[in-house]
Amino acid sequence: MHIIVNCVSKYHLCNRGIPVVIFHPRPFLVNSYMPIIRVEHLVKRFGNLTAVNDISFEVEEGTIFGFLGPNGAGKTTTINILCTLLSPTSGRALIYGHDCTTKSPEVRKSIGIVFQDSTLDKDLTAYENLIFHAYLYNVNKNERKQRIEDALRFVDLYDRRNDLVKKFSGGMKRRLEVARGLIHRPKVLFLDEPTLGLDPQTRANLWEFIVALPKKHQVTIFMTTHYMEEAEVCDRIAIIDKGKIIALDTPENLKKTVGGDVIYLRTTDNLTARQEIEKLFHVEVSEQDGELFLTSLKGDACIPEIIRAMGETVVSVRLQRPTLNDVFLKMTGKEIRAEGVSSGDTIKEEVRSYRRRFGRG
Amino acid sequence: MVEGNAIYVLVAREFKKFIREKSRLVSTLARPLIWLFLVGGGMSRLVSPGMGIVSPGMGISYMQFIFPGILGMTILFSAIFSSISIIWDKEFGLMKEILVAPVSRLSIVLGKALSGTIISVIQAAIILALFPFLGIKLGVLSIIEALVICTLLSFCIASLGIVIATFYESFESFSVIMNFIVMPMFFLSGAMYPVKMLPPILQLLTRINPFTYGIDALKHAIFGAEGVFDFPLFMDLGVLVVTSVVFVIIAGLLFEKRK
Repeated sequence: MHIIVNCVSKYHLCNRGIPVVIFHPRPFLVNSYMPIIRVEHLVKRFGNLTAVNDISFEVEEGTIFGFLGPNGAGKTTTINILCTLLSPTSGRALIYGHDCTTKSPEVRKSIGIVFQDSTLDKDLTAYENLIFHAYLYNVNKNERKQRIEDALRFVDLYDRRNDLVKKFSGGMKRRLEVARGLIHRPKVLFLDEPTLGLDPQTRANLWEFIVALPKKHQVTIFMTTHYMEEAEVCDRIAIIDKGKIIALDTPENLKKTVGGDVIYLRTTDNLTARQEIEKLFHVEVSEQDGELFLTSLKGDACIPEIIRAMGETVVSVRLQRPTLNDVFLKMTGKEIRAEGVSSGDTIKEEVRSYRRRFGRG
Repeated sequence: MVEGNAIYVLVAREFKKFIREKSRLVSTLARPLIWLFLVGGGMSRLVSPGMGIVSPGMGISYMQFIFPGILGMTILFSAIFSSISIIWDKEFGLMKEILVAPVSRLSIVLGKALSGTIISVIQAAIILALFPFLGIKLGVLSIIEALVICTLLSFCIASLGIVIATFYESFESFSVIMNFIVMPMFFLSGAMYPVKMLPPILQLLTRINPFTYGIDALKHAIFGAEGVFDFPLFMDLGVLVVTSVVFVIIAGLLFEKRK
């Protein structure tokens, strides 16, 4: 909205008093490059554990920015700092030019959040949850009802508005939370693992809905996920692992870094096969879970050659077009989910026990 | 610094939930009734007015004597429970929604404290209405006085509850709070026996317990000038007001602190 207002015209009075319209050159570019989120050398330690280790990035207004990484990589900690729940150990985070630590009231006004775990009051109805939010954010009395009804219609829950939230399914709750996060018209909407624990059908629907948000509500989206497929809807992605950003680019560019298609190959003797392929084709071959893999710019043409060369030792071959998972695999040498569960949970447990020992989080 | 809209909606939420959960009201009222009639009734047989528990010649039975204490108990339990529901909110997430809202931490504390106050005063008023069944005579002014004291005491205990709640992250700590804070506060308050009768060490503990002064003020309101109370009324009220302010400030600061 405001971009248009800015670029249409500015009246300047000349000495004769005639208003002159001054058009700014390339107003869109001038105005649109304003990072709405800016993070500089952010570090967060919990005791000995470094959850976020010197990360920096910027998010452009009106885009979808994805924070991608395994559980425990530091995604939620970063969100918690950005939404003023945690203070950084060092470095700083700015939203709309306001420092998240020192100017938290201004930051809080301009953000909406959908946390990983539901933060709805299950003993209140959908409508009451939204009214609660509207009062907390001091939404104008005349607009309150209208905005809530619009939000409920937007997420398709208007008919269920007077039902207690505890009767809602996981997908309905998540949708209600997104609706709630938009009621006060935030500039940035944070979505922390928005599809966690939802069935595939609901996930797909929710994505369709999220992707439409920036245009419909003039909002910038900052989301985290550990589902690689989901991150593909983002305009830009930061891949984070062990508290560090290891890549930051558009999904297309990230996929290009993998260097083409990936060929997975099972053989009767992986060690020999690996050496042979490396020798014959001058490519690097790696092994993961008993499967060899290599990248090739023209995978479909490469497969017959490999099979001809390796003969009967090949047990199975599959070709994969690059995905973000491959990007992650290439950058860290491990699958995003294999790492996930165990170590992520320990970190969560560590943070939790740290908070228990040192008071609130 | 203090946002009326936020305080209003925090109170409205608690109130709505309180009205909705009839079983909660029944169970919180059951406790004081059991104490009043079963414990008080039984003990009345043991403790006759002449036996020194209550100063001789005052003409009040043990059951009447503990009435202010039971009123206080109603408040103590419901105000503490209401406040430590913050721990519940922390564990089930709603607290995060409140904490990321553009609302001062002081407003959150006040909203929570006032929620606890209103709910406790409603319950205390129900118990107070039992006075005719205990053979106690109360004028309109005494009833109003008692209700004002109930309000002050509720606010004080509710804000103490918030301070306690900021130290805990999960509801596992619930029994710790019950056994090490709530029960001692109740027994070391003169609710069940006059403070003067306790051994010196316990008397000292009684005196640093703000709850004691609430009970004492209620004794003033209910028995008038019959000498059942231990401290002057202005002192009781002073302690309640000062500790309330202190608890609210501490709670506000603890809420403000971020890890």
